[in-house]
Amino acid sequence: MELRTEEMLLNIGPQHPSTHGVFRVVVKVDGEKIVEATPVVGYLHRGTEKIAESLTYTQIIPYTDRLDYLSSMLNNYALVQAVEELMNIEVPERAEYLRVIVMELSRLASHFVWWGTAVLDLGATTPFIFAFRDRELILDLLNEISGARMTFNYMRVGGVKWDAPEGWLEKVRDFIPYMRKKLKEYHQLVTGNEIFLARVKNLAVYDGETAIKYGLSGPNLRGSNVKFDIRKNQPYSIYDRFEFEIPVGENGDVFDRYMVRMKEMEQSLKIIEQAVDQIPEGEIQAKLPRVLRVPEGEVYTRMETSKGELGIHLVSKGKDKPYRLHFRRPSFINLQIFSDLLVGNTMADLPAILGAIDIVLGEVDA
Amino acid sequence: MADLLTRPFSWLNLLYISLAAVIMLGIVLFFVTYAIYFERKVIGWIQIRYGPNRVGPKGLLQTVADVFKLLIKEDIIPEKADKALFRIGPMLAYLPAFAVIAVIPYSEKIQFADVNVGILYYAALSSITITGILLGGWASNNKYAIMGGMRSVAQMISYEVPLIMSFLGIVIMTGSLNLIDIVEAQKDSTWFIFPQIIGFITFLIAGNAELNRTPFDLPEAENELVAGYFVEYSGFRFAFYYLTEYVYVFAMASLMTVLFLGGWDAPFGLDFIPGIIWFILKFMLLVFYLFWVRATFPRVKTNQLMGFAWKVLIPVALFNVLLTAVLKILNVY
Amino acid sequence: MSDEIKASSPKQAVLDTYVKIISEKVSENAIKEAYINEPNSHRPTLIIDKEYWHDVALVIRDDENMQFNYLMNLSGVDYEKYMEVAYHFYSFSRDEYLAVKVQTERDGGSVSTVIDIWPAADWQEREAYDLLGIGFTGREISRILLPDDWVGHPLRKDYVPHDEEV
Repeated sequence: MELRTEEMLLNIGPQHPSTHGVFRVVVKVDGEKIVEATPVVGYLHRGTEKIAESLTYTQIIPYTDRLDYLSSMLNNYALVQAVEELMNIEVPERAEYLRVIVMELSRLASHFVWWGTAVLDLGATTPFIFAFRDRELILDLLNEISGARMTFNYMRVGGVKWDAPEGWLEKVRDFIPYMRKKLKEYHQLVTGNEIFLARVKNLAVYDGETAIKYGLSGPNLRGSNVKFDIRKNQPYSIYDRFEFEIPVGENGDVFDRYMVRMKEMEQSLKIIEQAVDQIPEGEIQAKLPRVLRVPEGEVYTRMETSKGELGIHLVSKGKDKPYRLHFRRPSFINLQIFSDLLVGNTMADLPAILGAIDIVLGEVDA
Repeated sequence: MADLLTRPFSWLNLLYISLAAVIMLGIVLFFVTYAIYFERKVIGWIQIRYGPNRVGPKGLLQTVADVFKLLIKEDIIPEKADKALFRIGPMLAYLPAFAVIAVIPYSEKIQFADVNVGILYYAALSSITITGILLGGWASNNKYAIMGGMRSVAQMISYEVPLIMSFLGIVIMTGSLNLIDIVEAQKDSTWFIFPQIIGFITFLIAGNAELNRTPFDLPEAENELVAGYFVEYSGFRFAFYYLTEYVYVFAMASLMTVLFLGGWDAPFGLDFIPGIIWFILKFMLLVFYLFWVRATFPRVKTNQLMGFAWKVLIPVALFNVLLTAVLKILNVY
Repeated sequence: MSDEIKASSPKQAVLDTYVKIISEKVSENAIKEAYINEPNSHRPTLIIDKEYWHDVALVIRDDENMQFNYLMNLSGVDYEKYMEVAYHFYSFSRDEYLAVKVQTERDGGSVSTVIDIWPAADWQEREAYDLLGIGFTGREISRILLPDDWVGHPLRKDYVPHDEEV
């Protein structure tokens, strides 16, 4: 005898504990199993690209803070990188070092939030608190240098806004061994846990080819054994001066993406360590006219944020405001594969898969 | 106290019985209040934060305030809900939770009903709660709630089997289903945790699953089902579901103490400390264990949960029954 | 851009190969313009006639001298006289970059979709449609960031916010 079953349409979000913001996904479930999924985005759309067209370049920087609000420093950099490329500006050494330090700290902070929430999505509450506790230390450091906890507005075209306060670099240096110890603790608490492994191994597998086809970037790409990191493959800023590795996964499952991010944190610490040792004295801001008039032209620049490739497509008509500014947001593009990964998995896998993609809705919806 | 039930009926007796029940309810509510406080403190401690510390000295009145808030909240019944069933749900879940407490002996003097089939009574009544949970999930007319309800039923039915099987070993050893007899038997020999270690472990795991607590808290998995079967409940109806969960913590920890840790039996001949203190200590240890697990583990998946029950726990529990029976025949016990 | 600089660009040879391949495999008329975008790290840039775009796209991905398997970015630009869709490609196997632009009319203009070639284009095409009103033929398209009943496309230069109370 065959049981008569009926598929149920379940609307998850926009308000839901594990959608990490106002993200909605309409799933068709057969019991616990997902047969169809349609993501719906746009609930946090603020028209950043439109607003940017009526602002000067310096005025746009605070808006980039609010894209991926978990790693604002990286977004700051993306914008100034594009403008600097188009204007061909030489940035002072010290400014570049400060940028790298704050960017890597920001990457760590973002990965902490990911680690805490992704594991929280699997039902473990403690890692979340641990991660946020340690993230707070980073935010304190960034607060000290920029004056804000999350929306830093720190970078400027041609340099950075503030020099490191006295003793700041020492504090960063002290933070590194502490964090290394904590990362071991993180691994002990979660990585070896049988239940955790049973939940994430062989879940939502895709190979490198698929990842490239879907335009995935960042840990989502590297988890599928594609050794590609923009910091290494197309070095920007001064990343070519540091030694670090690109961690990759083997199977391309949720666990591999998890491990890639965990190892990436170690590499970030390594970069910070080298940068703090090498940082020279000097200017932090290139000499630029008060009003930035970017020459006519068009650039597309890319950089590696904690989520993946953040690109800026900038079209200038020689004015002090951009003619067109497009953000290629990694979360937005990484999210496209989500519905394909869901099909065939169960409801309980949904937060695990979404957590492994690591989205920030401020960035998805721009 | 237990002989109250056997005395001839008189109004005074009825008063005593009612009074005893009310006192027990008070004790249980007190336990639940402070178990929640204790849990939040323990988890806070594990997570390197303070836990509640604002309401009352050391935050001791936090739960009281929370419960008070729940009680004075507006009673909301969703418009599309099945109103009658929606109301019955929490009650049906709570009643058996309180009723099972009657058979548990706390010390030589503090015990309510000396029932010959004490364990069976516990197992039978506690299954009724499932109905209350499913009813609540169904009546809410909410997709998350029904999924939570279904998960809960599947889980509790599956884990009841290994739960009951894991104490069959003890029943074989003592030849009795009476909880008081079981404690007495442990006084004479040793605590059953030692000869019945397999049974104890299966019981611990299955008990955790029966309680719907992490890592088996799928019915209320907030990350996928928001809150599971009680997603539409608020105010005192929600409080009842919440209460049920913690009363079962109380009952399950008590039962485990009685079955495996010798109840009120004092270890190492430390008889001068009253039995009830020993009972409470052992009981607290088990409650702490539940909180500890909750703060450490992620949640399992439905299919893994079911697979674990049917493929691991039940065979292990069956093996334990077989082993005990063989040893019994060989007169090892 | 003077001819001397063009000749000195390190990517000129690469660009010439691309032009040759596309002219041979698709059509002489497919490429409207080909130049090196100097400020952007000498990036080869092609402006493709929209009639040929889908065929050219296949060549861009599949030809062994191109192999642009990764669509980094897709964005629309309103140039007031015409609409332009800019595609930025990266080739993992060759470590090369390429920018492609396809132009279309401003009103009701559309470009052939490439989601069958690079699935990554899916949401980005929807975004371009949503914010700029550029159509994409060969697929179903709907708004993605804005509500379905939104009036107008905000990133168009002549966009006036629609206010129901006015």
